[in-house]
Amino acid sequence: MKMQPTIIELEHKAYALREDLITMLEHAGSGHSAGPLGLAELVATLYFDIMKYDSKNPEWDERDFFFLSNGHCVPIQYVAMAHAGFFERDELKTLRKLGSRLQGHPERTKLPGLENTSGPLGSGLSQAAGVAYTLQHLDKNSRRFVYVITGDGELNEGNIWEAAMFAGKYKLSQLIVFIDRNNIQIDGPTDEVMPLEDLHGKWEAFGWHVQEIDGHNVESIRDAASMARAITTKPSVIIAHTIPGKGVDFMEYDYRWHGKPPSSDEAKDALHKLRTLDGKITGEHE
Amino acid sequence: MSHYPLRRNIYTDDVEREPTRAGFGRGLKVAGEADGNIVALCADLTDSTQMSKFKEAFPDRFVEIGVAEQNLVTVASGMARAGKIPFTSSYAAFSPGRNWEQIRTTICLNDQPVKIIGSHAGVSVGPDGATHQMLEDIALMRVLPNMVVVAPGDSVEAEKATIAIAKNGKPSYLRLAREKTPVFSTDDSPFEIGKAYVLREGSDVSLLGTGTMTYQLLVAAKILEEQGIKAEVVHVPTIKPLDDHTILASVQKTGRVVTAEEAQFAAGFGGGIAELLSEKLPTPLLRIGMHDRFGESGSPDELLELFGLTGDKMAKDIKHFVDTTPQYHR
Repeated sequence: MKMQPTIIELEHKAYALREDLITMLEHAGSGHSAGPLGLAELVATLYFDIMKYDSKNPEWDERDFFFLSNGHCVPIQYVAMAHAGFFERDELKTLRKLGSRLQGHPERTKLPGLENTSGPLGSGLSQAAGVAYTLQHLDKNSRRFVYVITGDGELNEGNIWEAAMFAGKYKLSQLIVFIDRNNIQIDGPTDEVMPLEDLHGKWEAFGWHVQEIDGHNVESIRDAASMARAITTKPSVIIAHTIPGKGVDFMEYDYRWHGKPPSSDEAKDALHKLRTLDGKITGEHE
Repeated sequence: MSHYPLRRNIYTDDVEREPTRAGFGRGLKVAGEADGNIVALCADLTDSTQMSKFKEAFPDRFVEIGVAEQNLVTVASGMARAGKIPFTSSYAAFSPGRNWEQIRTTICLNDQPVKIIGSHAGVSVGPDGATHQMLEDIALMRVLPNMVVVAPGDSVEAEKATIAIAKNGKPSYLRLAREKTPVFSTDDSPFEIGKAYVLREGSDVSLLGTGTMTYQLLVAAKILEEQGIKAEVVHVPTIKPLDDHTILASVQKTGRVVTAEEAQFAAGFGGGIAELLSEKLPTPLLRIGMHDRFGESGSPDELLELFGLTGDKMAKDIKHFVDTTPQYHR
């Protein structure tokens, strides 16, 4: 039985994940920076507080499921999995390299602990809904939950709304979805590319229980997941407002950091900022 | 050659006719009785695709998805992750027509044993017209790594193929037809995924058929026999993986090849045979099927006639091919 971490411990974990993420992306020389940085608290809280799993037995038949629907954000998941003991942290250096289990976009058959193969957007939610349907209506197992992270730009995809209708119809209450509402996608701000609002109202209209939280507040993330598990009549969506690039000031809010990694100098700068709270304290690792 | 029992009277007007989708409906029920993990998902075409038999027998294991083919196959992928063997059905024009990328990523690359059942394939859908006459599905599916592609020759074989893909543990595509077509195989005829079968021996030309076109080749071979041409008919229900051994052995013997399918032959079954022959045994080839064009409205018989997909028409084209093409001897 693992100990419930404190709020402070989860916050520290999120920053530890960010540090490994920056090093990993710099090493890889390609990949996405802003989205994964913004997901650090969400992923840290899922892996180190909310979800039930056994990193030494990834196929454990009582585990919760986790589907990353926006596969391009997988670097932060890889880092969390390494910290959780699915594999050694040293393997993070192989991201995107030939022969690596850490593919540029996640492949289930390559790395134990991944539930899906993801990258083309819009299909992770429906796969998670398939698992949730199986647990709830076929296996009648109410002890396991299915957690999903989707991007917000990803909600442009029609497949998402097909899944939203499906989960609403079958009242898949063991399905809990976090939307990473960071307001950026590749071509610019989501409002300019394809407006999503009224997002809250849209999900409600599809029969979902909707919450909105600060996606960097680990206590809010924990509480929202707890509330979602308590809702037994409908699927749950949690709109997590996040800052893309969170923790590295020159990446924050800037859509141009969606799809590129830091250079060596930028990574050094980013790590300094992460370790010193942007120069306010002396970093103990420096 | 191992013996392949054919029905009697297959060349007469009273030959039994049944759509291949009916065989699928029976097979899915049998498979469902044998394995409680089999589930069925449909996109608002449950009667048309004959999934209704499974639904009646196992209502708790049937899932209505609505008109949402992308969701159909991705929900199925998730169910497979949770230990189920999902069969998904729609018209072939929509699945795999509309949801190819989802099949590629979440089923083939993800290597999940989801079964894609594409009914109403080919021009013989008839009056519905070109939008609903799926001709590119063989090409779309056979190019995918991990995917198994089967086009049964008749309803009896469709039942066997359904039961076989339920057990193969792989992503699989089953191509079915709407119309009643002649039943040439018997309960005792063999069916194994990946095997081709010599239905009729000959030495002048190999006629390779997939799906319901194999029957038309049998008819053509009979007509050709009366004209002094000995045609060997090889039934190839599994388009991927191809039974190279059986196909090449026949071609080695005859030195001329004809393929037939109710689909685009470019990148289709004929395309696959062309790839095999050009690498392993270059041999003169005539491909029968749809040649870079869409179908149109009409009765199934009129359309098959128009596009040269009947035994009579094929016999004429094959005779011309044989008369003008020297046998390739090695």
